[in-house]
Amino acid sequence: MAEVALVEAVTMALAWEMAHDDTVVVFGEDVGINGGVFRATAGLQEKFGKERVPDTPLAENMIAGMSVGMAAQGLKPVAEIQFMGFIYPVVDQMISHAGRMRTRTRGRLTCPMVLRAPYGGGIHAPEHHSESTEALFAHMPGIRVVIPSSPGRAYGLLLASIRDPDPVVFLEPKRIYRSYKEEVEDDGEELPLDMIYTLRDGTDITLVAWGAMIKETLEAGEELERQGVSAEVIDVATIYPLDMEGILESVERTGRCVIVHEAPRHCGVGAEIAAELAEKAFMHLLAPVRRVTGFDTVMPLFRMEKQYMPSTKRIVKTVLDVMAES
Amino acid sequence: MSVTATFKIDYHQFLDENGEAHSDLPGGKLPAFADNPADLVPLYRLMVLTRLFDAKAIALQRTGKLGTYASSLGHEATHVGIGAAMREEDCLAPMYREYGAQFYRGVKMSDVLLYWGGDERGNDFSVPSHDFSWCVPIATQCLHAAGAAVAFKYLRQPRVAVTVVGDGGTSEGQFYEAMNLAGAWKLPVVFVVSNNQWAISVPRSAQSAAQTLAQKAIAAGIPGVQVDGNDLIAVRWAMEEALERARKGDGPSMIEALTYRLSDHTTADDATRYRENAEVEEARRKEPLSRTRKFLEAQGVWDAKQQEALEAECAKQVDAAVAEYENTPVQAPEAIFDYMFANMPESLKQQRDQHVKEMNDG
Repeated sequence: MAEVALVEAVTMALAWEMAHDDTVVVFGEDVGINGGVFRATAGLQEKFGKERVPDTPLAENMIAGMSVGMAAQGLKPVAEIQFMGFIYPVVDQMISHAGRMRTRTRGRLTCPMVLRAPYGGGIHAPEHHSESTEALFAHMPGIRVVIPSSPGRAYGLLLASIRDPDPVVFLEPKRIYRSYKEEVEDDGEELPLDMIYTLRDGTDITLVAWGAMIKETLEAGEELERQGVSAEVIDVATIYPLDMEGILESVERTGRCVIVHEAPRHCGVGAEIAAELAEKAFMHLLAPVRRVTGFDTVMPLFRMEKQYMPSTKRIVKTVLDVMAES
Repeated sequence: MSVTATFKIDYHQFLDENGEAHSDLPGGKLPAFADNPADLVPLYRLMVLTRLFDAKAIALQRTGKLGTYASSLGHEATHVGIGAAMREEDCLAPMYREYGAQFYRGVKMSDVLLYWGGDERGNDFSVPSHDFSWCVPIATQCLHAAGAAVAFKYLRQPRVAVTVVGDGGTSEGQFYEAMNLAGAWKLPVVFVVSNNQWAISVPRSAQSAAQTLAQKAIAAGIPGVQVDGNDLIAVRWAMEEALERARKGDGPSMIEALTYRLSDHTTADDATRYRENAEVEEARRKEPLSRTRKFLEAQGVWDAKQQEALEAECAKQVDAAVAEYENTPVQAPEAIFDYMFANMPESLKQQRDQHVKEMNDG
């Protein structure tokens, strides 16, 4: 078993699936000889050839649109958008076609494609390179949105995403691309989509997060433990469709919930989770549901990005406030 | 100064507006498929059927029996020419009015009516089961054709993707992106610009300063040609050349077919607000059906009696399609949900069950 970082787990999953399914084609800008700007496709062109790992012309909506065409005609495209900041041109093809190909044709044509993109802040990147706009895609009917938070889940969830018969936007938290390694067996085993992963058991409060924010949320869990608060930590993993059954099960047990995300607060995925809890868990709640999120501002350039990102300190403080309210 | 590159755009017409044939091919001959004029009769018949169907669809909309409908009036030669040149296994990524091409390929008139009648099952045509469905967001279908061509090339299938875009659509980035990709990757795809002179209310002259739209292909490094889009023979000939080229592995082509939208943009539009009647009348003089008929009559393979019989037969077929459409019941409530995903999310199941229950409870 190899010790790999999250980005290496992505490469490993791509290589596994390409070796076992000839219809998988990996492409994007600079994914070939360069192996991607984050090296997520490193070595794949060498191993599988230029035809299966081609560099595309530089046009993001083209990448999405050609994926729709390829997917409808028998391939499994796995395309990379270089940064989430450059993903916005694809909105047209994703909402107008990828998400509706199956239903508009009553299942005659389908769209088994994966659009991968690194997302999120915290790496001192230039403007446009740090946003978390997962809610945009979560709002598009017909598209799964999946975000791993560890090397193991990156491997298993990416395999599941490629094998899924419908389109998946797979967002990779680039801040933790190389922050640590863990043992991941390269055995082609996928992890289930559409379900939460409970990373820490607790009895007093449920902390709900995803992506890179799992790091701060788990740290907050440890700190809270020292302060006598037992926090359960849930990695949502599939942003759409939400595993509300899983989240509800936990919140009904703990009676409290704090949701953590990097994205702006307004209409963020946390708002949806909070609304679901208000509808379905109200009578179990001992305190109001709170959110720790980015601000409803443009992501500041990197000298101040740390102020924008939810910190372990903010999470702990919010949890202690919630505990004090009940 | 030195010239680094020069370009030209050829224009082809075989059948002029009076139905007289000319040819600039070697020996002054018509293309092989037109050697025997009788072979063109089935195509003419389909053009007539398409036009009668079109008139019926508009009438259905006017009487509240159909939703907004995009007419194909005047485009019949372009559309049937595209359909006739393609092979069954090729793949069409249409915009939304290429009925002539689609009928040739097996799409049923009742499918068209179902789609514009607000029923997704219109897109679920059993033949040709691999073709893309109608595509309303302008020029987005061009990328699907390019993607399909990537698949055909990758899978070593001798198939070609064909897409149709309007003159307005050539202003879209995605049109250029698709041609650029197709050129760079030498894909088996044919781009047809159905230049009907009007993008709703915006005339061709306001759309682009380019002298021809065919020359937009040059920037993508692929051949572009202009044909008389009201000339069935020219369209089919150019399509066959382009398809052959693509099938041989020589890459993509673009064809600009010059035609004219004799109808409103859709039934929701009123073209008298923005264009002169004189212009429409002038265009009507050049429309495709009468010139094809004149040619076939001059060749002795068509006459007034056959025309009369054909129109009666077409009317019957159209009526049967309308009956099939009108007798198709609305889908069950769960159909809204059932095709969203292969593996339906739990949250969607809940919404479906509640919706079905509310519908059943009245």
